[in-house]
Amino acid sequence: MPETFILIPGRTTDQGCGVSEGKFNDRYQKAINALQVAPGDMTRLGLAEGDRVRLTGEEGQTVEVCITAAKKDELPEGLLFIAYGDISSRMMTGDTHGSGMPTSKGMEVTMELIQKVVA
Amino acid sequence: MTSGSTQAHAPTPTIPGELKVIHDATCTFCGCVCDDIELTVKDDHIIEAKRACALGKSWFLNHSVEDRPSCTIDGNPASLEQGYDRAAQILTNGKYPICYGLSDSPCEAQRVAVSIVDWINGTIDTTTSVCHGPSGMAFQGVGEVTCSLGEVANRGDMILFWGSNPAESHPRHFTKYSLMPKGMFLPNGRKDRTCVIVDVRRTKSAKAADIFIQIKPKKDFEALWTLRALAKGIELDPDLVHRETGVEFSVWSDLMDRMKACKFGVIFFGMGLTMTRGKHVNSEALLALTRDMNAHTRFVAKPNRGHGNVTGADNVVSWRTGYPFGVNHARGYPRFNPGEYTTSDTLANREADCAMMIACDPMANFSQPAREHLATIPYIALDTKETPTTRSAAVAFAVATYGINTGGTVYRMDDVPIPLRPAFASPHPSDYDVLTAIEVRVKKILGIT
Repeated sequence: MPETFILIPGRTTDQGCGVSEGKFNDRYQKAINALQVAPGDMTRLGLAEGDRVRLTGEEGQTVEVCITAAKKDELPEGLLFIAYGDISSRMMTGDTHGSGMPTSKGMEVTMELIQKVVA
Repeated sequence: MTSGSTQAHAPTPTIPGELKVIHDATCTFCGCVCDDIELTVKDDHIIEAKRACALGKSWFLNHSVEDRPSCTIDGNPASLEQGYDRAAQILTNGKYPICYGLSDSPCEAQRVAVSIVDWINGTIDTTTSVCHGPSGMAFQGVGEVTCSLGEVANRGDMILFWGSNPAESHPRHFTKYSLMPKGMFLPNGRKDRTCVIVDVRRTKSAKAADIFIQIKPKKDFEALWTLRALAKGIELDPDLVHRETGVEFSVWSDLMDRMKACKFGVIFFGMGLTMTRGKHVNSEALLALTRDMNAHTRFVAKPNRGHGNVTGADNVVSWRTGYPFGVNHARGYPRFNPGEYTTSDTLANREADCAMMIACDPMANFSQPAREHLATIPYIALDTKETPTTRSAAVAFAVATYGINTGGTVYRMDDVPIPLRPAFASPHPSDYDVLTAIEVRVKKILGIT
């Protein structure tokens, strides 16, 4: 059953260093393709490191991404974090509400498990 | 075709096999623009970047000369002359040409880009529009009580970070400017300062704070308005404040007491405000709070700017057009309207029919509707690295890296201009060279002498 979360994309050191190393290189790709989930939410939903989930945004836009546990206390339950990049941008809508800036943080999304990690 | 100013700061010759040291080099990765880096250069790459942070080291050590064509047309290698010609044709054939990016180019190149857009009655926008563009709108509405980072280092005894994570976005911010320096009026450095961090998650920066305040997501405006009320002495319902902000009223009350008691308060704010619902209204609330605090003590605010010369882009576009970003010249004079002339909108609304993307990657960083439209129109891309945007461009130029291969001027996040001291030459042209050559051809096509 999909559950609603708030998605917060942001800068990370690996993502920032990865930009200079090259966007097609491993460090950048790894950084922008890992969705951080609060450990409490992972336990409650029976999720494990590496599980694949689908995020759906307010206009029906979807992405599929693997999850990783956020470091202890860094992320409160109910929030998801991902480094800026292709995935986070695909969750933005085209509407900027007259500001020029699409809503890029604090996006309401639903998350559902689509594939358990192979042990 | 290199400008006088960039030529004056051309890299000194490199002798094959010998080490060369560049003192006081300028890092252009982020808006801190640290200008105290010591680079060791061997042949065509940097092997050491002393004093640089993790982001700066990665920036310097990964910008060697790339062995790829300086120009491709439709993905095939082409001469620069062919590329300039095709670029000028694309830009002059369009009915709604747009130019976007510019925050990783020196001011000299930015200036040429604005000229091209002016000639073709186009729309110019910079990455500011998806960064602190909403803050730019707020500055116009509220004003900006501000100062230089030098004043922060020497005077700032109360430092707040709101929706900003400098530990990962501006790693030397704390040590070089805001928390650790022993200043003229703060002889004990960090011990003389109070650091408060407000965020929706406990970021890596939170460890540096004396007080960390974790607010509810999307409640920045309510939290800032609470502080405004406290600054004005307006009575509030503590339960309502707690419900709205997720933070006990006593925490806000204590914070306001400390803010009133400091001698020189500074609020650095990030994209936690500008990218979240409310956007420019969030920034307005913070700027208004800063203004209000000056009834009690000295208080200033500064946006933490991301790219190395995004502040320069704001300055150059402002002094050329009167507006900082999202400027349309279709009527022959500049008009400013965020939400209409900003690139996220001109693309997602399917209005632009050709584009020039300079040092930016909208094919990776824009919304899907914007990307889908960009993929249908001819565009030119200039970048030091291969990106999803350069790969899909009609004309792509691989350009020299500013600050590493070319000189020029950039603006630090506090609007202080800093010269670049390049390390070694690149076989690729600078973005200034490319843009100047395109401008010559655009003027020729349009019959402008």
